[in-house]
Amino acid sequence: MKFESMADFIGMGGHGLYVWLAYGIALAILLLNVVQPLRQTRQLLNQQARRVRREKGLS
Amino acid sequence: MAKNKTEKNWMPRWFYQLASPRWCYDITGKLLPAFSVLALLLLLGGTVWALLFAPADYQQGNSFRIIYIHVPSAILAQSCYMMMALAGAIGLIWKMKVADMVAKACAPLGASLALLALATGAIWGKPTWGSWWVWDARLTSMLILLFLYLGVMALHSAIENDSTAAQSTAVLALVGLVNIPIIKYSVEWWNTLHQPATFKLTEKPAMPAEMWLPLLVMLVGFYCFFAVSLMLRLRHEILRRERRSSWVQALVESR
Repeated sequence: MKFESMADFIGMGGHGLYVWLAYGIALAILLLNVVQPLRQTRQLLNQQARRVRREKGLS
Repeated sequence: MAKNKTEKNWMPRWFYQLASPRWCYDITGKLLPAFSVLALLLLLGGTVWALLFAPADYQQGNSFRIIYIHVPSAILAQSCYMMMALAGAIGLIWKMKVADMVAKACAPLGASLALLALATGAIWGKPTWGSWWVWDARLTSMLILLFLYLGVMALHSAIENDSTAAQSTAVLALVGLVNIPIIKYSVEWWNTLHQPATFKLTEKPAMPAEMWLPLLVMLVGFYCFFAVSLMLRLRHEILRRERRSSWVQALVESR
């Protein structure tokens, strides 16, 4: 461990804002890159399921 | 006769199989869990190592820890671009649908990685150089990379027809490929504030092992993450384009 205390860790020797901002943006971008395609796929499958039901209802 | 026929198949079998969207959907479904676990473990472990155990830089202090996301995202943004251009070229030459889909899936992922590299670079630049942004060769060429990605995405949304969109974006991606060596050598060709590459193939890193080992872990983790996100995007694109086919219909009905 390179830090004495929790406050020391959060503060990052005066560079806390920069370090945590960078890591926060990284987390947000990585999460978005997983969540977005999963949501798109689910939407597409739901949409196709509705279409199948509609066509079945007509015939 | 039979022998003659096999000799004509100078492309390996998996290359043809890759061309089948359905086979690609199945194989990525099998690969996804392993890569997801690997990416999660490497990124979590790498982050803990980078934030808690790696030593602070003697000049830059703790702001140095930004390197552990800045360098991997910058490398990945360029790898992703090369993959997009290569997939686009394969799509152009062999009319391979799956290659077109891979190229399309690369664009938003690469754009977000280029954005991450630029954002973390700016945040790192403030305490180190005293400025969020300088019109330096490395930074400017990286910004052009982001614009190339955005251009590819804009073309995709502007062109309705999937194969026309794939052709035009492939040409744009191939022309933009010239930017990749410019990014790489920008720190050598021009006077720059930006420090030279950490990892070189021919030399040992200039920093001590306790600094570059976590960086290597993060880099491999980012590559695994890239694979996961690319496969997720590719699977969505396969389903979207093949939505009229019988196997996707069966998949929809079996839910």
